[in-house]
Amino acid sequence: MADDSISVKLYCKTNQLIMDQYRINHLKELEAESIYVIREVAAQFENPVMLFSGGKDSIVMFHLARKAFWPGKVPFPLMHIDTGHNFPEALEYRDRIMEETGTKCIVALVQDSIDQGRVVEEKGVNASRNKLQTVTLLDAIENHKFDAAMGGGRRDEEKARAKERFFSHRDEFGQWDPKNQRPELWNIFNGRKNMGEHFRVFPISNWTEMDVWQYIYMEQIDLPSLYFTHKREVFNRDGVWLAKLPFMQLKDTEKVETLDVRCRTIGDVTCTGLTLSTANTLEDIIHEVASTRTTERGGRADDKRSESAMEDRKREGYF
Amino acid sequence: MSGKESGYLDMELLRFTTAGSVDDGKSTLIGRLLYDSKAIFEDQMEAIERVSERSGHEEVNLALLTDGLRSEREQGITIDVAYRYFATPKRKFIIADTPGHIQYTRNMVTGASTANVALILVDARHGVLEQTLRHAYIASLLQIPHVIFCINKMDLVDYSQETFEKIKSDIDAVSSKLSVKDIRFVPISALKGDNVVDRSEVMDWYDGPTLMYLLENIHISSDINHDDFRFPVQYVIRPQSAEWPDYRGYAGRIASGAIKVGDEVGVLPSGFTSKVKTIDMMEESLDVGFAPQSVSITLEDEIDISRGDMLIKRNNGSEPKNSQDIEAMVCWFNERKLMPRGKYVIKHTSSDARCMVTDIQYKMNINTLEKNEEDKEVGMNDIARIKIRSTKPLFFDSYSRNRITGSIILVDEATNETVAAGMII
Repeated sequence: MADDSISVKLYCKTNQLIMDQYRINHLKELEAESIYVIREVAAQFENPVMLFSGGKDSIVMFHLARKAFWPGKVPFPLMHIDTGHNFPEALEYRDRIMEETGTKCIVALVQDSIDQGRVVEEKGVNASRNKLQTVTLLDAIENHKFDAAMGGGRRDEEKARAKERFFSHRDEFGQWDPKNQRPELWNIFNGRKNMGEHFRVFPISNWTEMDVWQYIYMEQIDLPSLYFTHKREVFNRDGVWLAKLPFMQLKDTEKVETLDVRCRTIGDVTCTGLTLSTANTLEDIIHEVASTRTTERGGRADDKRSESAMEDRKREGYF
Repeated sequence: MSGKESGYLDMELLRFTTAGSVDDGKSTLIGRLLYDSKAIFEDQMEAIERVSERSGHEEVNLALLTDGLRSEREQGITIDVAYRYFATPKRKFIIADTPGHIQYTRNMVTGASTANVALILVDARHGVLEQTLRHAYIASLLQIPHVIFCINKMDLVDYSQETFEKIKSDIDAVSSKLSVKDIRFVPISALKGDNVVDRSEVMDWYDGPTLMYLLENIHISSDINHDDFRFPVQYVIRPQSAEWPDYRGYAGRIASGAIKVGDEVGVLPSGFTSKVKTIDMMEESLDVGFAPQSVSITLEDEIDISRGDMLIKRNNGSEPKNSQDIEAMVCWFNERKLMPRGKYVIKHTSSDARCMVTDIQYKMNINTLEKNEEDKEVGMNDIARIKIRSTKPLFFDSYSRNRITGSIILVDEATNETVAAGMII
């Protein structure tokens, strides 16, 4: 296994073989496209920000940003919209990476929005702060006067996202109007806007879940341990395995078990479903993704709320 | 990680566009490609089964997979370009799925702008229709290198070779007027699966490849212009750090051609010349860079270069044209009509300038392919040949030679909307 991974690495590092034919593999082409988009944001906007959740998509996006401006530093801050309902491992990872790379990360707390009365916490056992994040996000964009916010959204995640542009215009209320989007052709991006409006930019729009994992493997990117198998106290709600953490309310009928699980996505704990898995390495995960028959958002309780759950949240200004 | 996964790492990326309406069986075809390549997941399938049942469809309506917006599902139409993804061990595919009705010409143009391949569906029962012509014209206008005509619903014409040949020769007659380099024909039944992924057992008279075989094997690496090195400077990297006090990298995506360390490059518009010192991709230093890589190039000499400038190689072949006057075919995208003598912002590679439309030469009737020099009112979805004068020189090639340095968009200064896309002549 070790030999094989070296040969994959060499193949990318030397580039000689593929260069003779003037072609690059799909991951290098996606990488080139994403770096182009990220540089375009830095060039076209005065005060951009990159959203960072500690999940694999934002980790890959940040990795691409570092490549885009090497040997310079990434010329914009990161921002984490923190629901307060985190996996501790994700926060540790965030803080470590920021320190290692000397990058500034703004943390905007949903708890602050609650304390200020900007949002009201949902009640009941299914309560989630996922939807409340939108207000915190929009407030933070306004307070910091950000004119572009890059996110790790991918078009293959969900059908409303499949209609999303790379450069997605938001009005002064932060809203998305999917029926009135600017056409986007070739690699020319139109980031012009009026005062008070902003853009959401999705540099990894064209990546699939598989591409992300293959790229992480190819580049040997460090990930939070949550993505690999570990023993955890979990309980099952409506067919989805959720982590038993202190702020999770259990129904009487739900019982806690200790199982081998891993995260397929990392989000707010209250709505991030865990996968029963013993995948221990990136190779194992790629095998698992290749053979799995449900989408990664299938485990996300936030999308199950209705047929248009994602579209509705996105219209309001969600990620 | 040998075998399948390392093979996966060696995949090539192919972008294709599909134009057509539900009636052509386009959604069924896409559904089949996605389903047969296992890109549709169980929960997606369950979701559309649920919705199909609720809205009274007998069969699972695969169009629901691509119609992502609520209003699209309610109206049963596709409004916007939807992007879909699937992969086989050989290639990763990006589908730009666009609605085919005339009022959505702008979406077809958008989807076509980055495509290597266009799939055009023809209903075998109806043969070549106005919309077939329209789709073929757009593929030609946007210079999609490969066009595959899928003669669909062959099962409804008894898999007749005669019908297929008739349609093929009708299209051949029309395509002589167009400039598509590579045209293919495949008789298929998307519904039954004939010649889509698996070879048809019924149409033994057809000995050509299946659609999937074409998509996996069509030669695309020479679609990019490998001759003319063009490098629009996107961003200047100047760390000014202790470790990199003097690093000055010109960051961008190579639009065409290739460049080696030591090569002489020209800088536009200043006209200076220098040599390539390094070609960087993070810690990797490349000997050769080529399209479509994103790199950072450093030069031997200190020259003042900024975003909007272009590095070129002079010694092989043509130089880009350096001019304020541009002629282009444009597709109009906006409800606000083109204003003769109107002022717009022109965006070309990494350059922005103000410009004026100085002349509207003719409008194209995309259903008959006739030029209309009388009616010069250019509105939403119209295609016209125009002249533009920009406030500063742009460095461009003809679109037929270079899809990146030959393309422009126009932006309305009042609304900031993208109002037109243009192919430079």
